[in-house]
Amino acid sequence: MAGAITVHTSEETSKRPRHITESRPVQWLLIGLALLFLGFIVLLPLVSVFVEAFKKGIGVYFDSITEPDALSALRLTLIVALIAVPVNTIFGIAAAWAISKFKFRGKNILITLIDLPFAVSPVISGLIYVLLFGAQGFFGPWLDERGIQIIFAVPGMVLATVFVTVPFVARELIPLMQAQGVQEEEAAASLGAKGWQIFWKVTLPNIKWGLLYGVILCNARAMGEFGAVSVVSGHIRGETNTLPLHIEILYNEYQFSASFAVASLLVMLAVVTLIAKSIVEWKSGQQKRAHQTD
Amino acid sequence: MKGSKSRNILPGFGLSLGFTLFYLSVIVLIPLAAVFFRTAELSWSEFWSTVTSARVIASYKVSFLTSFFAGFINAVFGLLIAWVLVRYRFPGKKLIDSLVDLPFALPTAVAGIALTAIYAPNGWIGSLLEPLGVKVAYSPIGITIALIFIGLPFVVRTVQPVLQDMEKETEEAAVMLGAYRLRTFWKVVLPELAPALLTGFALAFARGIGEYGSVVFISGNMPLKTEITPLLIMTKLEQYDYAGATAIALVMLIVSFLMLLIINLLQWRMNRRTVSD
Repeated sequence: MAGAITVHTSEETSKRPRHITESRPVQWLLIGLALLFLGFIVLLPLVSVFVEAFKKGIGVYFDSITEPDALSALRLTLIVALIAVPVNTIFGIAAAWAISKFKFRGKNILITLIDLPFAVSPVISGLIYVLLFGAQGFFGPWLDERGIQIIFAVPGMVLATVFVTVPFVARELIPLMQAQGVQEEEAAASLGAKGWQIFWKVTLPNIKWGLLYGVILCNARAMGEFGAVSVVSGHIRGETNTLPLHIEILYNEYQFSASFAVASLLVMLAVVTLIAKSIVEWKSGQQKRAHQTD
Repeated sequence: MKGSKSRNILPGFGLSLGFTLFYLSVIVLIPLAAVFFRTAELSWSEFWSTVTSARVIASYKVSFLTSFFAGFINAVFGLLIAWVLVRYRFPGKKLIDSLVDLPFALPTAVAGIALTAIYAPNGWIGSLLEPLGVKVAYSPIGITIALIFIGLPFVVRTVQPVLQDMEKETEEAAVMLGAYRLRTFWKVVLPELAPALLTGFALAFARGIGEYGSVVFISGNMPLKTEITPLLIMTKLEQYDYAGATAIALVMLIVSFLMLLIINLLQWRMNRRTVSD
């Protein structure tokens, strides 16, 4: 299932002869309708976050994002992402290497399995770890005897986040590396390059933008995940709250301005993600064109 | 696929595939299997009465209907947005194009509280609709709006590349045969886009059924009325009813796997079409 699909809009398709396009007024009507819809559904929520966040003044805003519980939520969000993103990046590279450079049976099944976490409801993504490691779970008694707590603690939140972000890097790299084929790597191998040498010197430069793109999307999801983390979090302030969970608690306590103030941090993360994504798309488009002219 | 004859000179097959399978098993497959094993501890009648109790059935209805309507509205407007972005030129197009991805990048909880603030009875739009007797937040309409937000990029990003690659010649031919613009759209363009549109709809629908974060704030969470299935699982977990939560999760998982199968079939057919053309 799609996490994101890279689209490079080419200018050529928008240049059309008059008899197979609409008249100018119809075009403007359709553009207007599309913008109106996007405005109401996508832009308005974005704007409302900032308006609500500053409703009680800039002082309340800064207090809300610098109080100890908010800072500890921010810290935990960063820790979770710092573990989940690198782990899934390594997985993505390994999976894409196996799938794109070699032939083996069951490849399509493997690709479907990688996509599986996208199809699973976030709530179930958390539940499965409760079933394994919770007090009444399969490994619960064993962990309990040794005093290890996974559920309602940070390790469970990391696991749930890793689960929901498994596909991001892999599904960006697989089509990219499949399209690039194996000639360059084979040439390097026949010249005597060793395995890791081939990867670092030949493959990585070719996939760097696609890789970065996957990492950016993976990170956005890791920092923003709510449902899965909510199930396995103990909801203990200052201990097992990430930013999205902190937002929920504040909201349910009717501290709306504080809630939206913290939410505005995540909106900024989303905006930065989109900007980084556009830059990477542009860069990878450049690389692709350079490749084609070679 | 190029160069598939002599693949074995490249190193790392065993390591990369071995790691991939190990990782997937530990992180994804074994945990998911836990749902099946836990449910198997229930007798059939226990399972059946859990997943067909009135409150659970009502939650399926809410989840399915709102996801369906949201998917439908997204199919219509997603096509419109993709069309406008691919075929017309207007100022700010690049910016609008990036804006489409916002629901992918914005954490669902943020979307949830923002939409609730807008559509609540005292919100920007909610206060305009209230005198008309339309209640958006804390009703199925609110859930649908949250799911429209979440699902929109799926449709746009599935339709956009197909629309982009569509040959001008077919439309040219239709015009030469004397068809009007609207007729060309219905008879030539839409059938060509149908698989992509259906895939986009299915992706948005599948995402909608499982969605939690953006919905819980706006839905009001009234049992039998605005309670979605994922929330019901959450509620059961909070009451330490693990068996109940797991049984409902199993039903949802089966539905998700079916959707995944349908989507893969649709995508496979779409690719085959473009290859055979």
